[in-house]
Amino acid sequence: MLLIHCPYCEEMREEEEFSPAGQAHIERPLQPEDISDEQWAHYLFFRKNPRGLHHEMWLHAAGCRKYFNATRNTATYEIMETYKMGQAPRVTANEEGQS
Amino acid sequence: MQQYSGFGLLKHSLSYHENWQRVWSNPTPKKHYDVVIIGGGGHGLATAYYLAKEHGITNIAVIEKGYLGGGNTARNTTIVRSNYLWDEASHLYEHSLKLWEGLAQELNYNLMFSQRGVLNLGHTLQDMRDIERRVNANRLNGIDGEVLTTAQVQEMVPILDCSTNARYPVMGASWQARAGTARHDAVAWGFARAADALGVDLLQQTEVTGIRRKDGAVEGVETNRGFISAGKVACVAAGNSSVIAKMVGMELPLESHPLQAMVSEPLKPILDTVVMSNHVHGYVSQSDKGDLVIGAGIDGYTGYGQRGSFNVVEHTIAAIIEMFPIFSRVRLNRAWGGIVDTCPDACPIISKTHIKGLYFNCGWGTGGFKATPGAGHVFAHTIAKDEPHPLAKPFSIDRFSSGELIDEHGAAGVAH
Ligand SMILES: Cc1cc2nc3c(=O)[nH]c(=O)nc-3n(C[C@H](O)[C@H](O)[C@H](O)COP(=O)(O)OP(=O)(O)OC[C@H]3O[C@@H](n4cnc5c(N)ncnc54)[C@H](O)[C@@H]3O)c2cc1C
Ligand SMILES: [Zn+2]
Repeated sequence: MLLIHCPYCEEMREEEEFSPAGQAHIERPLQPEDISDEQWAHYLFFRKNPRGLHHEMWLHAAGCRKYFNATRNTATYEIMETYKMGQAPRVTANEEGQS
Repeated sequence: MQQYSGFGLLKHSLSYHENWQRVWSNPTPKKHYDVVIIGGGGHGLATAYYLAKEHGITNIAVIEKGYLGGGNTARNTTIVRSNYLWDEASHLYEHSLKLWEGLAQELNYNLMFSQRGVLNLGHTLQDMRDIERRVNANRLNGIDGEVLTTAQVQEMVPILDCSTNARYPVMGASWQARAGTARHDAVAWGFARAADALGVDLLQQTEVTGIRRKDGAVEGVETNRGFISAGKVACVAAGNSSVIAKMVGMELPLESHPLQAMVSEPLKPILDTVVMSNHVHGYVSQSDKGDLVIGAGIDGYTGYGQRGSFNVVEHTIAAIIEMFPIFSRVRLNRAWGGIVDTCPDACPIISKTHIKGLYFNCGWGTGGFKATPGAGHVFAHTIAKDEPHPLAKPFSIDRFSSGELIDEHGAAGVAH
């Protein structure tokens, strides 16, 4: 069971209150009609899925019901930080020497 | 290759079973192979076997970072069935089931393949409509299937709570009689032994760390035992497929999730079929050893840790006890996790890539054990001919940009 800090509630809560929502910081193409099918597919379906640091979204489903971001190591499951939507992560793959 | 038989068993008992031939050899890597297969799970080993047997390519290495069959092949709950909804998936899984039916004889290896049937329970009106639709689709595709009433289900599995007092009463089920279970390790070992006998090099404790390319074509793989040159490279790394793809700067439409399972203490025979429920989200069968084999759904986060969260185990057990109150005092022996590579449409990727000589078989997610022989068979064809086997064609990676997804979430779901 993971313990997760919700940056909005500012509290450490149990994993069961949250639901994971996949890779973070995916930007929707501004002009979908101008891009190729391959680029659109990439936006919809293709994911980094790294072994190591991962920036991902979580929903505090049984709490404030807000989405936020987390940086987590997918090999050890250690959560390095959580941060609000619109903010940039402080821990990034290059700094950690990990991919 | 030494033939196994009842007579052989008797003969070797006279020499205290000390003179059995080694099941496979442990070669040193050659400098060059025509085909290098990354991943020595069931799929990788089956691919090697069919490449050697059906396409006459025998200069092959299967490169495995751990031991053969130690990945998801060793961790799954061994359910084999072919009652998927869409034509493309049905044909692929049925192709595999047909191969299973003669495989123990072909490999001369006891796979403990047991066609004990699989029940998929329905608990709501919508479940039952979906079940009817799927069974009809199966029958149109020549796959056996029946819709059972609650009374028929109860007769088949007397210990299942089919009363109207259940929180999610059983309203019926789909039944595939030819489905069942198999011994997971034996499948890997049987294919490994047969591939080895055909001249395939099985390189264990060898990890691929990079893929060398030149002018848009593969040249070989970097490993912890040095560079190995290869004409073609086939990736069959299940949960680690995205890690391999990254070595050539590719992303795949995959997410790797922990998937957990558990077994109980051994019991006397009490359940002679496989019972699955998408609705209450759990499934169970009893192994020949007597333990209940229980499976869960995936953990929602991505993870490579080969373990998941305890709350998933709790939810699964709650579902099993809801269906089988009689199991409430059974003690669990072990729980574990594997890493499954899930695809957005719950269907696999069997595909060439934009890099010449590089192939992927991945995305089987929670349900690829049943496909081990079939996937190996069509993937071998795809590699040997450098064009997709007709059954593999719809599973090309191009489907994500063409939009021709094959949505099997209904028939996959918790049902592995
Ligand atoms: C708990 C659980 C229950 C399941 N239940 C079922 C079920 O009931 N029915 C069903 O049909 N399916 C089930 N599955 C799914 C099934 O196990 C898989 O789809 C299938 O086994 C995949 O086979 P594989 O040979 O591709 O993968 P694996 O057996 O995982 O083989 C991949 C191999 O690649 C190796 N590898 C990875 N990276 C490298 C590298 N860089 N260099 C060298 N080697 C590498 C790994 O060590 C591994 O041995 C279940 C899975 C799990 C985890
Ligand atoms: Zn919150």
